[in-house]
Amino acid sequence: MDITCLTAVELGKKIRAGEISVREAVEASLAQIDKVEKDVHAFVTINREEALKRADEVQKLIDAGELTGPLAGVPMAVKDNMCTEGVLTTSGSKILGNFVPSYTAEAMKRLEAAGAVMLGKTNMDEFAMGSTTETSYYGVTRNPWNLEHVPGGSSGGSCAAVAAQECFYALGSDTGGSIRQPSAFCGVAGLKPTYGTVSRYGLIAYGSSLDQIGPAARDVTDCASILEVIAGHDPKDSTSVGRESYAFTSALTEDVQGMRIGIPRDYFGEGLDKEIKDTILQTVKELEKKGAIVEEFDLNLVKYAIPAYYVIASAEAGSNLSRFDGVKYGYRTEEYEGLHNMYKKSRSEGFGAEVKRRIMLGSFVLSSGYYDAYYLKALRTKALIKQEFDRAFAKYDVIVAPAAPTTAPKLGSSLSDPLKMYLSDVYTVSVNLAGLPGISVPAGIDSKGLPIGMQLIGDCYQENKIIRAAYTVERIRGYARPQLAAADEKGGRQ
Amino acid sequence: MAKQYETVIGLEVHVELAAKTKIFCGCSTKFGGAPNTHTCPVCTGMPGSLPVLNRQVVEYAAAIGLAANCEIARVCKFDRKNYFYPDNPQNYQISQLYLPIARNGYIEIECGNTRKKVRIHEMHMEEDAGKLVHDEWDDTSLVDYNRSGVPLVEIVSEPDMRSADEVIAYLEKLRLIIQYLGASDCKLQEGSMRADVNLSVRETGSTELGTRTEMKNLNSFKAISRAIEGERRRQIELLEEGKKVVQETRRWDDNKEVSHAMRSKEDAKDYRYFPEPDLVPIVISDEWLAKIKARQPELRTEKLERYKKEFDIPRYDAEIITGSKHMADIFEAVAAVCGKPKKAANWLIVETLRLLKERGQEPEDICFDPENLAKLIAMTEAGVINSSVAKEVFEKIFDENVDPEKYVEEQGLKIENDEGALEEVLAKVIAENPQAVSDYKGGKKKALGALVGQTMKAVKGKADPGTVNRKLKEMLS
Amino acid sequence: MADRISDETIEYVGILAKLELSESEKEAAKLDMERMLDYIDTLNELDTEGTEPMSHVFAVNNVFREDVVTNGDGSRETLANAPVRSEQSFKVPKTIG
Repeated sequence: MDITCLTAVELGKKIRAGEISVREAVEASLAQIDKVEKDVHAFVTINREEALKRADEVQKLIDAGELTGPLAGVPMAVKDNMCTEGVLTTSGSKILGNFVPSYTAEAMKRLEAAGAVMLGKTNMDEFAMGSTTETSYYGVTRNPWNLEHVPGGSSGGSCAAVAAQECFYALGSDTGGSIRQPSAFCGVAGLKPTYGTVSRYGLIAYGSSLDQIGPAARDVTDCASILEVIAGHDPKDSTSVGRESYAFTSALTEDVQGMRIGIPRDYFGEGLDKEIKDTILQTVKELEKKGAIVEEFDLNLVKYAIPAYYVIASAEAGSNLSRFDGVKYGYRTEEYEGLHNMYKKSRSEGFGAEVKRRIMLGSFVLSSGYYDAYYLKALRTKALIKQEFDRAFAKYDVIVAPAAPTTAPKLGSSLSDPLKMYLSDVYTVSVNLAGLPGISVPAGIDSKGLPIGMQLIGDCYQENKIIRAAYTVERIRGYARPQLAAADEKGGRQ
Repeated sequence: MAKQYETVIGLEVHVELAAKTKIFCGCSTKFGGAPNTHTCPVCTGMPGSLPVLNRQVVEYAAAIGLAANCEIARVCKFDRKNYFYPDNPQNYQISQLYLPIARNGYIEIECGNTRKKVRIHEMHMEEDAGKLVHDEWDDTSLVDYNRSGVPLVEIVSEPDMRSADEVIAYLEKLRLIIQYLGASDCKLQEGSMRADVNLSVRETGSTELGTRTEMKNLNSFKAISRAIEGERRRQIELLEEGKKVVQETRRWDDNKEVSHAMRSKEDAKDYRYFPEPDLVPIVISDEWLAKIKARQPELRTEKLERYKKEFDIPRYDAEIITGSKHMADIFEAVAAVCGKPKKAANWLIVETLRLLKERGQEPEDICFDPENLAKLIAMTEAGVINSSVAKEVFEKIFDENVDPEKYVEEQGLKIENDEGALEEVLAKVIAENPQAVSDYKGGKKKALGALVGQTMKAVKGKADPGTVNRKLKEMLS
Repeated sequence: MADRISDETIEYVGILAKLELSESEKEAAKLDMERMLDYIDTLNELDTEGTEPMSHVFAVNNVFREDVVTNGDGSRETLANAPVRSEQSFKVPKTIG
């Protein structure tokens, strides 16, 4: 049996039953990493020795009956923008090339307490700014389905690692679609929870009012099981929300009877790849057959989500990233004359082009004379977008949308035109602006052999509705895994 | 005739709140400590760290706002003020701009014989910065984040003051109010109270404001007075020469008594404030505000009333004692232990103030335990020591906080109550001073004083002069 | 295209953001920013009159800590990643002249 083919929950069951040891699971993952990592490059840091040591510790706790949860002993990976005590945490940037945190992000702490074994830290767009994982200082990650294509981003490393079976699940973060879009591109399930559900403590901030941590996993069952562990009120995060229920796995039922599903016309018009459109609408038809009530509707203001998002995210990012200055941690330039020169050189050499672009934009929109025209305008737009969703969720339980306009594009084809790249976030950013939960679940494969994802959006705190719908989609569509192709010799790697 | 000018001054006063922990994390606010010992990921701006607001900070800030007659905001929020400086670990300061906690208040001051109101524009909460120590040899600065995140309120006045005296009166009143609330110790030297002076001049009679400058680095009332005088003169000279005052921030050098512009092309002064996304709004309900009000300690006027009623001490004494919250606290503690409020007041007003003056200290610097003064009063009352010894012992209490009982015992300063021993000494004194004895017997009553003096000298002050007097009279009669 | 981003603006924003751009980067930044701002200007089509700016999606308020010291000596962790330090302090180029 190939252990790495199992889902996290399946593996957990076998570990608890004593059929597979934690060490065996970790060794299987490491063997798979050895096999495919040279092609996929999903990791920035691989924590080989520590993972094996941890495997034995966790095994003891399981044997002693102290760890009984579904994820005990399951090897996993963490996006490199979450702090991990004693383990290099780069956020995909040169500026944090030597940063070893003294603390672990709350979400990861909760997983550790549940018996997770961390294999390593996954690659990402620098500071989560990008949609392709090509802006990482540590080289590009390739899509396991086709190594000439991007895995999406910014959680591209996490999603590629799950798809390539290098780990059983991974944590990602989603500011404007950064879990849902790469999940779609890599053919895995990825969930962005309602804002405030998972603590942001220890997540290196991009856009604080938009960021949420969530799982990328083989299937919806894994997603719900992981969310159940990482969600919860955290007094260290003031924006963390205490919820009435965290029983997400209770929604894992194939039942959409009477579920009201809304199809926003604006999401299925111009710009959307036809194969994606057909696949999603076909899947919706299947849901309808299973008793769902499907209706098309007009979700207004869709075109304003991206400009509002980029103003808010850039403004917050510009401020959040000002702490990287060569004083307390991270990169400091070799030669400098005086303080301000040290700041400027360290930051200019330490940040990549996309990050600098967004910091410049963010500083500009907040600068004297522009705050009202740009920043407040964007916050007002956000309020109106939220109202639009409130109106929609008065009528529907779940909104169905694509996760991206196309399947995974080829490496190198996106970065040349930043604005075009930003526009590809059209189906995902509104969810972050409105704080909603969204899940991307595989819905099919296109003619190029690349996965098509389908996004299900719920109202605030209604994760269980989208989990139920996604679980049903999964029963209809099944799970496909990539046949890992050999690296394209011509392509070369950065 | 030369033009007459009027000085227009507004103040921005920063006060460090007396909270035990920092504004956004559980680190201690204790003064001192080796560099960076009172730090954690939050107050050093580590990636991924998040702030959580200290409830006590809101309550202190609201209490100060109430005492300064402000309207307390029912909803207030924090904003980020963005600027790069190494003492500011995140390169933004969490402060309040758009919705500060308090607005539109005033403080009534007395200056000379006039009373006036200085209006308060607004008051907000914010975090303090770290400390920079400059290494002159190395051309480097060392950064210590122990003060980073210490809670502050900034109190911004309207430009209602016209002289250094008014400024000092305002600061003293503000300090007294805040000390009474227990919201801060307000020590200028330690930086727990700091004032930036906004100053402009205009021709007397003009109603338009001149261009103002902001002066920083003012560490004492004297420095503030000198800086105001210096800046007033500088601005008037500029205007007289037909030049313009430039709106800028200036750093006062109190040693050289000059100020320098703090200008740099790298400081754009464009703070790009925006709402802090990591903190949620603060909603202050009627109930909460009522609780804060109810918890407010007794303020000075109430204390004055109570002292009159409860302790029956003169108004003048009460005013001096309540002029410092710290002194009033000591007074009450001493009176409670020894039950002699008038004596306690006396020791504070006479001896304590004398020693403070001699040592160039403020009432806030008094550091002895009230019990020690109480013990001293009890010993004096019981006749264990005489008053001149008591003064000597008090100085030890004042400087070294000694326990007077132990000290008197160790130094052997007790009045000798052994009458037999005293009589022996007296007999000796009488025998050795025949002239004085015959003078006394011959009617020169004054001669007795000399004999008392000799006796006290012989017993090294450890006798009660009254007893000596009485005994001598008996023996000579 | 609105020609609102001058060389001075790029210079100024560079000072605010503490970024030093090469001449070619400046040109690229100008172009990028103008394109983005033109795009962001589509927001002006939207009537937001009377809409309150929304910074937090949820009406959560009054999240506090109690005033209790929970942290001990954190200097070792605080200084562990310092690029340049002197004993217990971070070392930076001199801040005042």
